[in-house]
Amino acid sequence: MIQYVWLVPLFPLIGFLITGLGRNTLGKSSGWIASMAILASFIVSCIIFFDVQALPENVFEKGGGPVIVQLFDFIKTQSMQIGFDFQVDALTSIFLLVITGIGFLIHLYSISYMGHDDGYGKFFSYLNLFIFSMLLLVLGANYLIMFIGWEGVGLCSYLLIGFWYKNVAYTDAAKKAFIMNRIGDLGFLIGIFLIFSRYNTLDFKSLQFLISHDTYDATFISSVALCFFVGATGKSAQLPLFTWLPDAMAGPTPVSALIHAATMVTAGIYMITRSHFIYSIAPYAQHVILIIGLATALIAATIATQQNDIKKVLAYSTVSQLGFMFMALGVGAYTAAIFHVVTHAFFKALLFLGSGSVIHAVDGEQDIRHMGGLKKYMKTTYATFLIGCIAIAGIPPLSGFFSKDEIMMHVFTYPIYGNIFWVLGMLAALMTAYYMFRLLFITFHGEYRGKGHPHESPALMTIPLIVLAIFSALGGLIGIPEVLGGHHALHEFLSPVLLKSTGMNANVNHLSHESEYILMGVAVLIAVIGILIAWFGYKKYNAAAEAKGIASFFEQKWYFDEAYDNIIVKPLYHISSFSEKVIEKSGLDGIVNGIGKMIQLGSTRLRLLQSGLVGFYLFLIVIGIVLLFALQLLYNKFL
Amino acid sequence: MLIVLLILVPFLAGLAAMAMPSSKVHIHAIGASVLTLVLGSVCYYYFTHPGMGETTFSYPWIEKLGASFSVAMDDGLTVLMVMLTALAFPLIFISLLNKIPDRPSTFFGLMLMAQAGLMGVFLAKDALLFYLFWEVALIPVYFLSSMYGGPRRIPVTFKFFVYTFVGSLIMLVSMIYIYQQTPIHSFSWSSFVSVGQSLPSNQQNWLFWMMFVAFAIKMPVFPFHTWQPDAYEQSATPVTIVLSALMVKMGLFAVVRWLLPVIPLGSMHWMNIVMLLSIIGVVYASFMALVQTNIKRLIAYSSIAHIGLMCAAIFSHQIIGMQGVAIQMFNHGINILGLWILVSIIEHRLNTQDMREMGGVAKIAPAFTIALVLISLANIALPLTNGFIGEFMMFNGLFNSVSPYRTVFTVVAGLGIILAAVYTLGMIQKVAYGELKTSTSSFKDLSKNEWVVLIIVMFIILWLGFYPSVLMKLVDVNL
Repeated sequence: MIQYVWLVPLFPLIGFLITGLGRNTLGKSSGWIASMAILASFIVSCIIFFDVQALPENVFEKGGGPVIVQLFDFIKTQSMQIGFDFQVDALTSIFLLVITGIGFLIHLYSISYMGHDDGYGKFFSYLNLFIFSMLLLVLGANYLIMFIGWEGVGLCSYLLIGFWYKNVAYTDAAKKAFIMNRIGDLGFLIGIFLIFSRYNTLDFKSLQFLISHDTYDATFISSVALCFFVGATGKSAQLPLFTWLPDAMAGPTPVSALIHAATMVTAGIYMITRSHFIYSIAPYAQHVILIIGLATALIAATIATQQNDIKKVLAYSTVSQLGFMFMALGVGAYTAAIFHVVTHAFFKALLFLGSGSVIHAVDGEQDIRHMGGLKKYMKTTYATFLIGCIAIAGIPPLSGFFSKDEIMMHVFTYPIYGNIFWVLGMLAALMTAYYMFRLLFITFHGEYRGKGHPHESPALMTIPLIVLAIFSALGGLIGIPEVLGGHHALHEFLSPVLLKSTGMNANVNHLSHESEYILMGVAVLIAVIGILIAWFGYKKYNAAAEAKGIASFFEQKWYFDEAYDNIIVKPLYHISSFSEKVIEKSGLDGIVNGIGKMIQLGSTRLRLLQSGLVGFYLFLIVIGIVLLFALQLLYNKFL
Repeated sequence: MLIVLLILVPFLAGLAAMAMPSSKVHIHAIGASVLTLVLGSVCYYYFTHPGMGETTFSYPWIEKLGASFSVAMDDGLTVLMVMLTALAFPLIFISLLNKIPDRPSTFFGLMLMAQAGLMGVFLAKDALLFYLFWEVALIPVYFLSSMYGGPRRIPVTFKFFVYTFVGSLIMLVSMIYIYQQTPIHSFSWSSFVSVGQSLPSNQQNWLFWMMFVAFAIKMPVFPFHTWQPDAYEQSATPVTIVLSALMVKMGLFAVVRWLLPVIPLGSMHWMNIVMLLSIIGVVYASFMALVQTNIKRLIAYSSIAHIGLMCAAIFSHQIIGMQGVAIQMFNHGINILGLWILVSIIEHRLNTQDMREMGGVAKIAPAFTIALVLISLANIALPLTNGFIGEFMMFNGLFNSVSPYRTVFTVVAGLGIILAAVYTLGMIQKVAYGELKTSTSSFKDLSKNEWVVLIIVMFIILWLGFYPSVLMKLVDVNL
């Protein structure tokens, strides 16, 4: 079946074409067509997943690697050959499952959520295109195909964030997302150029071989690693390019779920994990990733504690959780990062769809200060949302606990200030538990403070919630650590992909069982403390107090947007209009026009020479001859 | 012989059009341009299937001077440029079916003559013939620009004409100089190449600039570009298409065909300076594009930025860069043609070029908006559109060039990628998104003929973006 992996992206592509071309004629059926396309992809992905499980050891014994499926030549000249090829291995197959599985649930949910929207057909065609691009990204067998998918998700996020195009603020958010991503893309591209100029190929498989057999050039490898990381900060919303993600909630809520959980933001994690053969020998770059990841996790968490928009809290929570994943990548714990990608995909999709259900119930209100007491009205949504909160807070045995714990364990054993990173990471974890339960209590507990009569959402919306809640609760089972008697299935599954390049930082997990127990206990304790603070602060929440001091600083998102606006955007436009007025119009064009004027002026003078007096002409001829002779003399003498 | 028809058919059809009654001339022009396209396709077929037919033609012209009427379609770049020229005119003419210009006989006559001149430029294998066509292409466009367009068209066109004409005169002088050096006094391309290569480097160093200035003005490269935004803005949009999709390619084409092989040492010597100017142009023009409120000026500056990158990639002296340029010259022509057709639709409906008076048409003109978004995305080189492959290859060429400043050049030129997204998405937003305004509330969606043209453009964008093997085969043979 692996040879037919192209079916996986083909279905969404067909779905995109059908729903896109028939957006005016298909009516409500386009939602079902789009969903079925993703379901078909999901089924194929499942089969491939099992095929891959049967595969890796055999392939590796033969000295092979991932299965490459060649489709056609994309760029083919004597100096550059890049195929449109797909690659399937354990890492790919996990992402295929997450993308199509969660993608399918989000599609189902959208059928009901977007039911009354004018752009119903268009919406589903974009969703399918989004899934297609993301699949291309994870299936590509070389950096170019990956980059195609990479830009594709950027495009789709642009189209979907600005879906309600009449609102200028929304289209601004869409533009911002695309441009911030493009800044990162430039880094990614330069990394690709670097790689290609040295190795003349962009295939992962060949590169892994070439790099491991190349003389070690620290500057080169670090440059590549950092360039790629710049790309990752754009797509995965890390410092300093994270500000687009919270704005991206301008799009319909299912889109937020798609962007934050199944697609898009996980692209950076995937890309770095896929490039593990570069990062494992680039310790400086890894260190940078660790620091950026930690800083993002902390800053985003502080912002999340002060937001009052239900989707904004979740958005900053995503940024913060992505920071955790990057910390894992920074210490070389790729499996832990992927583990957290998977569990996070479950509970973040759940939370976003849950928030959509809430927003749907209260007539489009997103401000949690005007909600409250909703658990009475919408029991399913409340129960599933609660599971999501517990999972993200890191309370065992729900999924978030295992993945976050694994990351923190690796951070703790990191040889350079690992314990300090651990403490700071735990601070972010504390805030995570706090802001999630603050959100839960303000939204669902207390008395209802809004207008109208909230109601539970239809089954088409609650069923995906229930499914996702089950996965959020049980998802951790795929990675139960040995110390708790498990055998970490995910780690075993991924090990053929990642085993070959264990760098200096990877797998330094030499903790004794006792210390592991202690770290776990502390982690759980911290989560409980966070929840308790939220409980005492917000169990009987009634009206918001004005945020003061540092809290207001957090509420204003550390003034990142304002700073970018004043440091980059405004000066850019000032320089541009200045250049237009001064350099372009007066300077360059002035010179051109000036030369023209001078010639005109000169010719009015020269015209006087055409006097018609033969004597004057003769005089000039004589002068001319003399000059020619003089020139000839000079020429003979000096040259 | 067939290849001569590529020039003759539009030329004679142009002459005939001038004498025709207004009512029939439009159909005549479409017919003639489609015939040219068919002829071009046959030549393309001959080129890709060697032995099927001749794609060269040579006949003594001015024997005393050693000039011959020799034309050939014997390399990928020429094929691409000829096909672009052959394709552009029928598309322009069809898009005009519901926007008939004044004095149609003159208009279509001159347009067809311009096509003949352009074909000649791309096909000529003789320096004198090349020069002749270089000017022949300019003259009809000069008349078109000064007869049709905005209120300032006369002074603007005059400037454009004088500027480019001065450039080409200097080029003529340098060509005569090289001609004097040829042993048998021949204008043929091959004798130019062989004599040029043997010229001492100090001569090449100044000859380079005499030729390059002419081409740089035509492209245009910073700082020789100031005629362009004015000319694009003031010319009638169909004429702007000829200028920006085709005529600017003459400059790039001439560099590849007549400058690099003839003045190789000079080209190497000045590589860094030219790349520097080109890349300043990329960023500078992008900055300019950011603050334009006139949509035609915005696209003009965007085009300058793109051309700057192509020029830089040519001077990277890397095969991959050159191949990218050849691909991009074709694709940029297609994309900018699409953009201008959209602009002409806007002008036709709203009678303005000011983006502040546009907005909100996505709701009432979905087909127009889809075309606008897709073509704009191709213009910013989104992967899987035709704009991407060429740009990717050009950047690779730039990055691998022998210039010591290659990394800086690549990174700075890369800023153009980001800025392009900023101004292009801004343009989409201002034209299509937001609420409808009173000025735009009666905006009509695409008419049938516009739809046909834009479908063809979009099809090419996606086809070559997804499966560029046709282009690869053309540029991989030789340039």
